[in-house]
Amino acid sequence: MTFNRKILASSVALAAATLMATGAQASMSDDAVRIGYLADMSGTYRDLAGPGGLEALKMAVEDFGGEVNGVPIEVFSADDRNSADVGANTVREWFDTKNVDLVAGLVASSVSIAATKVIEENDGLGIVSGSAASSITNEHCTPNHIHWVYDTYPLANGTAKAVVEQGGDSWFMLTADYAFGHALEDDVTRVVEENGGEIVGGVRHPFPTSDFSSYILQAQGSGAKIVGLANAGADTVNAITTASQFGLTQSGQQLAGLLIFLNDVHSMGLEATQNLLLTTGWYWDMDEQAREWADRYFERTGKRPTMVQAGIYSSTAHYLETVAEAGTDNPEQIRAAMAERPVEDFFSRNGYIREDGRMVHDMYLAQVKTPAESENEWDVYEVLSTIPAEEAFRPLSESQCDLVNN
Amino acid sequence: MTMIFGVPLMVFMGQLMLGLINGAFYALLSLGLAVIFGLLKIVNFAHGAMYMLGAFTALLGLQYLGLNYWAALLVVPLVVGGLGMLIERFILRRIAHLDHLYGLLLTFGLALIFEGSLINFFGVSGSSYPTPAALEGGVNLGFMFLPIYRGWVLVAALAVCLATWFIIERTRLGAYLRAGTENPALMQAFGVNVPQLITLTYGFGVALAAFAGVLAAPLYPVSPTMGSSLLIVVFAVVVIGGMGSIIGAVITGLAMGLIEGLTKVYYPEAANTVIFVVMVVVLMLRPAGLFGKEA
Amino acid sequence: MSATQTLTPAMKLRRKAKVRRNFLYLALVAIALVAPFVAYPVFLMKVLCFALFACAFNLLLGYAGLLSFGHAAFLATGGYFTGIMLASYPGLTPELGILIGTFAAVVLGTLFGALAIRRQGIYFAMVTLALAQMMFFFFVQAPFTGGEDGLHGVPRGELFGVISLESNLNMYYFVLAVFLIGFAIIQRAVHSPYGQVLRAIRENEPRAVSLGYNVDAYKLVAFVLSAGLAGLAGSTKTVVFQLASLTDAHWHMSGEVILMTLLGGVGTLFGPLVGAGVVVSLQTQLAQSPLGNWVSVILGAIFVICVLSFRSGIVGEIQKMVRKNFK
Repeated sequence: MTFNRKILASSVALAAATLMATGAQASMSDDAVRIGYLADMSGTYRDLAGPGGLEALKMAVEDFGGEVNGVPIEVFSADDRNSADVGANTVREWFDTKNVDLVAGLVASSVSIAATKVIEENDGLGIVSGSAASSITNEHCTPNHIHWVYDTYPLANGTAKAVVEQGGDSWFMLTADYAFGHALEDDVTRVVEENGGEIVGGVRHPFPTSDFSSYILQAQGSGAKIVGLANAGADTVNAITTASQFGLTQSGQQLAGLLIFLNDVHSMGLEATQNLLLTTGWYWDMDEQAREWADRYFERTGKRPTMVQAGIYSSTAHYLETVAEAGTDNPEQIRAAMAERPVEDFFSRNGYIREDGRMVHDMYLAQVKTPAESENEWDVYEVLSTIPAEEAFRPLSESQCDLVNN
Repeated sequence: MTMIFGVPLMVFMGQLMLGLINGAFYALLSLGLAVIFGLLKIVNFAHGAMYMLGAFTALLGLQYLGLNYWAALLVVPLVVGGLGMLIERFILRRIAHLDHLYGLLLTFGLALIFEGSLINFFGVSGSSYPTPAALEGGVNLGFMFLPIYRGWVLVAALAVCLATWFIIERTRLGAYLRAGTENPALMQAFGVNVPQLITLTYGFGVALAAFAGVLAAPLYPVSPTMGSSLLIVVFAVVVIGGMGSIIGAVITGLAMGLIEGLTKVYYPEAANTVIFVVMVVVLMLRPAGLFGKEA
Repeated sequence: MSATQTLTPAMKLRRKAKVRRNFLYLALVAIALVAPFVAYPVFLMKVLCFALFACAFNLLLGYAGLLSFGHAAFLATGGYFTGIMLASYPGLTPELGILIGTFAAVVLGTLFGALAIRRQGIYFAMVTLALAQMMFFFFVQAPFTGGEDGLHGVPRGELFGVISLESNLNMYYFVLAVFLIGFAIIQRAVHSPYGQVLRAIRENEPRAVSLGYNVDAYKLVAFVLSAGLAGLAGSTKTVVFQLASLTDAHWHMSGEVILMTLLGGVGTLFGPLVGAGVVVSLQTQLAQSPLGNWVSVILGAIFVICVLSFRSGIVGEIQKMVRKNFK
């Protein structure tokens, strides 16, 4: 608690100091810093970011004192309904009519890619917190956005590697048939093969699918030791539930969920998910600092935050601190100044922003607890190991991003 | 191991079994649609919503009233069927004299209302309905591990389809119904209360959808959108079978389940599309569907 | 001219109506010209694109009596083809891109039309739905559409290689011009002898057949025209928003265009325009208000109310009122 307050208090003081020293208000673009929060507020991804993420964003603004460099911070939000169309149009409208300074949230990968193109055209600034596609800072990178929490690369790197090392060397992939699923599948295939395992088969199922029985049966028939789930949200939940109905784990096979959020585990319960290995960018109970913030979030929402919701707070705070320090809200200068500051807070360890816009930080390999081990409904992960920032993400040497000199 | 087109025989058999189970759902849903279309000539776009309401009523009944699965199987179709009768009596009847396309549009609107309202209260993520204790676990059939509940779904759905067929083809009420389909004016002249018959029929069709909803609740996440994704597939089944044909709906439902099941093995990406391909081909060759009578 | 003296009262009335209609057209165009200075131009462009889409749909439903439940396929086809062309050939000017997209929709319309017009009523609707579902599958699978991610970064480019469309105002006037051309084509078709025959077929197909008309050919032309204009709407929309996505191909979009047309007035020239305006406004304005989550409920309620007591739609009801009170 005290930790955050202290930082914030000092930043506010710093802001006030810069303001007096340089008359920084002159270099603010207008009479307010406006943050637009774009996320799925009603659909499949509602629970992993949605209204909870907006709450986290508001917390960051309140903790900062509600104003920066002498101008108030305004927050508005919109529901993208998981449609690239709606998302891009909303962002365009924010630039045209509301002078938005920062676009935050950004959950579904398709929405993020579309929105960041609009942000680039308008020379704005965006922070992607919810999306999985690693292409957002690879072939779709722009100088105008940052990708904060996680992407498919560390998901595969963490979970798949650990599973293969534990002896799970033959895989059957259940892949959602769209770009995100394919990307995750490719990353997993690479990691599994590099570590001496093999992919013995797979299916690409339509997105979304409610009946997984046929695919589970195919997985059972494949004889693979591991069934990898390269899908997300409701699809993953359905696949895991169906697998337990068909006794997949009883017959000696194991599930590897590649993208699983706290809310998924919470809603499925530990009975269905126990012992599942997963990679996460953050877990609320991982240490004192994380717990402290999660407690404050819990007081406001009655839920424990997902890594995305925590990342939204972290990224917004980092943005505001940078604006206060630089004395301007000019997107280009802020983007550069944000990269100069290390990201070290309750969310991120050893974090910094690379030139491709990727915020790299330590990731964690975790395992879902058994019902017996769990002390309360939100006590669901045990963090097994830390994946160091440098190893977790796609190295710049493999980058296809135009901003990286290769 | 014996292989069929590159797939082990065991897996192949298992897939056929699962296809049959899905087909039983299609049969049940399209049966209701076909009954409604037969008498009202309305393409009931709200059918998916009624299926969803069935599952939701069961879930809420369990959570708030302690209504168990077996009771829900009986009570929910009555409740939702009753709602259907109200809809017919107070809304659909007012447009009965118009072009039937209006019925399609109106029920489409109703479906949007039901779905949208429930999304506001329950979100779209869906909740799970526990499998009834008596039907937990599974049996090893030799070629697959079959969860008992899925076996039960197949049996229950087929039994209801059979009973419906019996009522319509072999009882006096069914005779009225069939006659009403052919010539409502004449029925009226014979002193049969045709409007009442229509209300009952719509209620019955809706009750079948709700029954399917209760059956589906322990299998799939109960969410407000569960019906709309199924709806257009069921339409396709009814059209392929021949609109208004009872036996056509049941047989086509099962057949489409099988075809879809096989698609999931050989070309899973197309699983949601294959039925539409079949539909176009069938309509080109047989304009009134497989079992329909040419107008 | 002496001809004026021999005018019958009925002809006078018709001429009067025509003058009044022309006056109405002029007034509307004038409003459209100043609109971007009052309202947000991108919003207006969205309305115009959907209005053209709904007008195209109305040509089929209102004048040929064919309810298509698969018009999203043409909107999306136009959009995707234009998008791909403009994104992969940077030298291509937007108007050519739009023409290519429209042409693709015409080809698809010919194919679908040839299959679908052989069936009637519900079966026609179902065949179009099934074909559109296959197109949806194609768009999900095809490598060039970007699948779920959509097709992004379509440049707006320079009209005829001269006028930059980057500015919303320039873009708006271009979209307005496209809409007016599309609208004029529909207007022309409806008021021509061809349109008369089409209406005759709608009212009584067997009679039209017995009069010796090749009914199928007339229907097919209407279908292709409608598909092409829907494609034109989709192509223009892609240039405006610089992206094409699966939303346009989904069957909900086919449902939405029915709603627009029904709400505005089936078989009236201005109905679809009004309907599209109302629906798009509801979607964009409501989505940002506290009622945001109720959009689909409200749309559903509009559907029900329209069908129950408002079947001629907003414009249709106004026309009825005008006819009753001013004759």
